[in-house]
Amino acid sequence: MSVDATTVRKIASLARIAVTDADVDAMVPELNNILGWIEQLGEVDTDGVAPLAAVIPNHLRLRDDVVTDGNIRDAVLANAPQAEHGFFAVPKVIE
Amino acid sequence: MPNPDKSSITELGIAGIRDGFRAGDFSARETADAFIGAIEGGRALNAFIVETPDHALAAADNADKARAAGELLPLSGVPLGIKDLFCTAGYQTTAASHMLEGFVPQYESTVTAKLFDAGAGMLGKLNLDQFAMGSSNETSYFGNVISPWRTQGGNAPLAPGGSSGGSSSAIAARLVPAATGTDTGGSIRQPAAFTGISGIKPTYGRCSRFGIVAFASSLDQAGAMAHDVRDCAILLEAMSGFDPKDSTSLDVAVPAWEAGLSSNLKGKKVGIPKEYRVDGMPAEIDALWQKGIDCLRDAGAEIVEVSLPHTHYALATYYIIAPAEASSNLARYDGVRYGQRTLPDGANLQDMYAATRAAGFGAEVKRRILIGTYVLSAGYYDAYFTKAQKVRALIARDFEQAFERVDVLLTPTAPSAAFALGEKSADPLEMYLNDVFTVPASMAGLPAMSVPGGLDSKGLPLGLQIIGRPLDEQGVLNAGLAIEERAGFAARPGKWW
Repeated sequence: MSVDATTVRKIASLARIAVTDADVDAMVPELNNILGWIEQLGEVDTDGVAPLAAVIPNHLRLRDDVVTDGNIRDAVLANAPQAEHGFFAVPKVIE
Repeated sequence: MPNPDKSSITELGIAGIRDGFRAGDFSARETADAFIGAIEGGRALNAFIVETPDHALAAADNADKARAAGELLPLSGVPLGIKDLFCTAGYQTTAASHMLEGFVPQYESTVTAKLFDAGAGMLGKLNLDQFAMGSSNETSYFGNVISPWRTQGGNAPLAPGGSSGGSSSAIAARLVPAATGTDTGGSIRQPAAFTGISGIKPTYGRCSRFGIVAFASSLDQAGAMAHDVRDCAILLEAMSGFDPKDSTSLDVAVPAWEAGLSSNLKGKKVGIPKEYRVDGMPAEIDALWQKGIDCLRDAGAEIVEVSLPHTHYALATYYIIAPAEASSNLARYDGVRYGQRTLPDGANLQDMYAATRAAGFGAEVKRRILIGTYVLSAGYYDAYFTKAQKVRALIARDFEQAFERVDVLLTPTAPSAAFALGEKSADPLEMYLNDVFTVPASMAGLPAMSVPGGLDSKGLPLGLQIIGRPLDEQGVLNAGLAIEERAGFAARPGKWW
């Protein structure tokens, strides 16, 4: 499988990364080089093999259903590029 | 109090500083001052993104008071370097990216909290490949890290390895006695090998990932980098332990690894995986491997050839799984909650996301996000991601079967010595191939370490890798110690900086 310029633009859009035409031209051969190399996995017989989910056997824990955090609004907002009235601020979404 | 030449303090590692401080040979303040001076003199290496002498000095003063009061902690008097992937409360944490430039965490990562609670101070935040994606430290937004090593008679700047290249460079140049690293596909072991130091990545789940900037969460593990095996044991012991804030943290006791160190390998079996003897491997790497085998045999171990048949596919598997997880993890950088925001005139929210991420991420990070997005996209998920997870299961099974017959595995750490900056950066694929020997153990979550084994013909360090069973860091450290004691590696870079 290989990607063309249209596909790279589509992926970049899904990943929310703005790309220029020059970016796309550079990325098509780079990504195809990497994807072509990855194709070698097709040689491996994986019939009947379950995909690995956890490398070290472990089980997900449940913690006690109690409040352990909160009341740290200012700390949460401390690194926001724009915070107003105790909220994150973004460009207008609804006209 | 005896007060030896203070500049000699920087010759010491963790154990030497800890023990000398306890014995009253020098104060913690003198130790911190000595390393702060070395860091100021070592800026040509670009190993630090931020220097934090205030933190190191405050911890040192606390240590001096603790000593006077007879209340010493395990790392009292020991200053450390911290990879800039660990969130440190009140100190900028960037993952070497423009995206997080100016980000000041409001909380402490579990690993650094443990180290500081154990009495250690922080000398600074160490440079790395951007978001830990790279093998040469050439993807940092804050510039390349330069290795203190040079080829004999040469002066071309060499790569310190990556992604923990600030850590490896600073330790090798004796700017810090030891440092934290993180390892996703070899990011502790390969830089350790390139700079003639030791580094251990523990079993996945030993060190909490809480507060470590995420790259590929099923692979990311923190670990220790230091001059020798004992220091790695001390540091890893202080970093490890169960943390309810990390859902994959292992709820198991941390052994006393330093106390358990023993280079007597009688009764142990060491596996030599034949698939690691790759085509085109330099004769010097082969000779180094043989030297490692001889060391372990001399320490009493039995040498056994083993097979890990899916080794060849580990790297391609890694370059599906790691970018897939990265594309998901890095979706959080949206210019809203933290980090950079780029807002073109008249842009809507979607435009802002795309412009922010275009400006905030470097080329390699974007490349991996795009690969990850592609392999997870509708229509390709099974062909790429599910297939890779199946091959990953086979890689893990290979190791399981080998460990039914042997206690540890011995391989070279990297297929070459350090390369020059710029030598591989034009071809991403060629750079990826440098991780060929370190990635398989990461895929299986196994503890693995690199110890220096010797020098190549150009005078550059080469590393040997020991891979152990899950939770058998002690076996890995002990085999590493056996090599360290016998390989007689005493070379160090001449000071040019």
